[in-house]
Amino acid sequence: MSLDEFAQRIRLLALELCFRKRASHIGGAFSAADILAVLYGDVMEFDPTDTQAPSRDRLFYSKGHACTALYSALAIRGAFEAASLLSDFTADGSYFTSHVNHNLPGVELSTGSLGHALGVACGSALAAKRLRQTYSAFVVLSDGELDEGSNWESILFAAHNGLDNLVAIVDYNKIQSFGSVAEVMNLEPLADKFRVFNWETIEVDGHSLPELQQALSNAKSSRNGRPKCVIAHTVKGKGVSFMENQLAWHYKSPNESEYNAARAELGGE
Amino acid sequence: MRNTFINTLCELSEKHDDIFLLCGDLGYSVLEGFAQQFPERFLNVGIAEQNMTQVAVGLALEGFNVFTYSIGNFPTLRCMEQIRYDVCYHEANVKVVAIGAGYAYGPLGVSHHTTEDIAMLRSIPNMTVCAPADPIEAKVVAQFMASHDGPGYVRLNKAGEACAHSETQCLELSPGKLIEVAGGRDVAVLVNGAILGSVMGDLKQSGVPWAVFSVPFVGSYDIDEIKRLGQHFSRIITVEEHQLNGGFGSSIVEAFSDLYADSKIGHMPRIQRIAIPNQFIGVSGTQSYLRRAMGLVLPREIL
Repeated sequence: MSLDEFAQRIRLLALELCFRKRASHIGGAFSAADILAVLYGDVMEFDPTDTQAPSRDRLFYSKGHACTALYSALAIRGAFEAASLLSDFTADGSYFTSHVNHNLPGVELSTGSLGHALGVACGSALAAKRLRQTYSAFVVLSDGELDEGSNWESILFAAHNGLDNLVAIVDYNKIQSFGSVAEVMNLEPLADKFRVFNWETIEVDGHSLPELQQALSNAKSSRNGRPKCVIAHTVKGKGVSFMENQLAWHYKSPNESEYNAARAELGGE
Repeated sequence: MRNTFINTLCELSEKHDDIFLLCGDLGYSVLEGFAQQFPERFLNVGIAEQNMTQVAVGLALEGFNVFTYSIGNFPTLRCMEQIRYDVCYHEANVKVVAIGAGYAYGPLGVSHHTTEDIAMLRSIPNMTVCAPADPIEAKVVAQFMASHDGPGYVRLNKAGEACAHSETQCLELSPGKLIEVAGGRDVAVLVNGAILGSVMGDLKQSGVPWAVFSVPFVGSYDIDEIKRLGQHFSRIITVEEHQLNGGFGSSIVEAFSDLYADSKIGHMPRIQRIAIPNQFIGVSGTQSYLRRAMGLVLPREIL
């Protein structure tokens, strides 16, 4: 499976979940799909049959609301069955909650309250340093969640402690819960912010698989005393024309005709 | 008790090589020994308690037994959601240690009065809450927490507490247990935390023959112990240096009420709660002044 196919399968499965279970946050799931495909399909050491392997790279997926993308990526990689994800997602008694749940195989941390995962990832990266382990800690952050002050505590901490085994990826789709990032709480100049906090920072097209591959693998292999930030410029709802850059798809779940149209655009059979 | 706790933790860390101590830029003249002896297992994370708690979880998920250390409300109320969601939901092996229980930092003002922590922390699943009364209990609590795998909260006073137990006594402390510190009859006085010293002093002065129990661990009480109390004493008084709502006294009332509701005890004892009357006190004062100003004394008829 190529990374391109992996990313499209993540989108198709996330679409299926949002349609069948009337779930929200499809826009944010689609913006993160390529990032997750590159992480789980190429950059991270990850064994779906041994999700607790000590040498694995850790992914702390901070945008827990966009869980459908993470669950789909894990299902496609085989951490659990896609069929059980489809049947059990948000079902009574299931751990497939609509914010990320650590009771599922392959999930490092429950998330859903924003501004938590980066600090936990800092602890994980610090543990690797102190225990002389070589794994990397990756974090996928949303843009809106950078409003949370706790992230900036962690951003200071990571640089001060030289956590060069930590890679934060900002899924910068420019739309948050109640409006555009620029209107609600402007983050610009975002790359400069990370740079002046002493993070090695690179901006990429978050839907270019080669750019993501290069940036993330470089960030993973570099041990230069500085934490890495990859600002991935993305499009909310990427992959389905009528969902792209639309605030409404932070909340909406597709109806049947929208589902069919989206599926066709994503090349679903 | 603060020094005893940290010194004990230091001793335990020789054997327990998983203990990791994080501090929120506090602990001057207290933590240096640990930092020097175990530099690989110590970190000052700066004045950022939310991040401290999250870092603790990240370390704990990799196998460390992490203690976070700061004053009163900062490692607790300041980061309640990190404690709830990151520590307790993940059952992470993180112990939150707060110094300055109740009015221990009295003159510093309301920012430093730690008076709602027990109510808040004891409401969270998986959390073991305790407030030792004296340095001897603090030592045993440190030993307990070093071996306990899961979330914990240790509420420490500061310094100069009178010892309620003898140094040579082999103290057994565990969640749910009550420790008898003075035998007696009619009334059982149950005390949580360092205010035990002043309760003992008041009782001694009055000469009443009441029994006194130290109850450092809040909640999950041993049913038999609660039943026994109900059988042997006609009246129970709880004392704590904490707000009335939801604190230690509430936990005792709940324990009796639940047993009564389930018909496991035949009658409800008369329980009087001595606690801060759900108020802030904005004036300066020593710990002893503020305790008395807020009515944290035994009933007037005996004093």
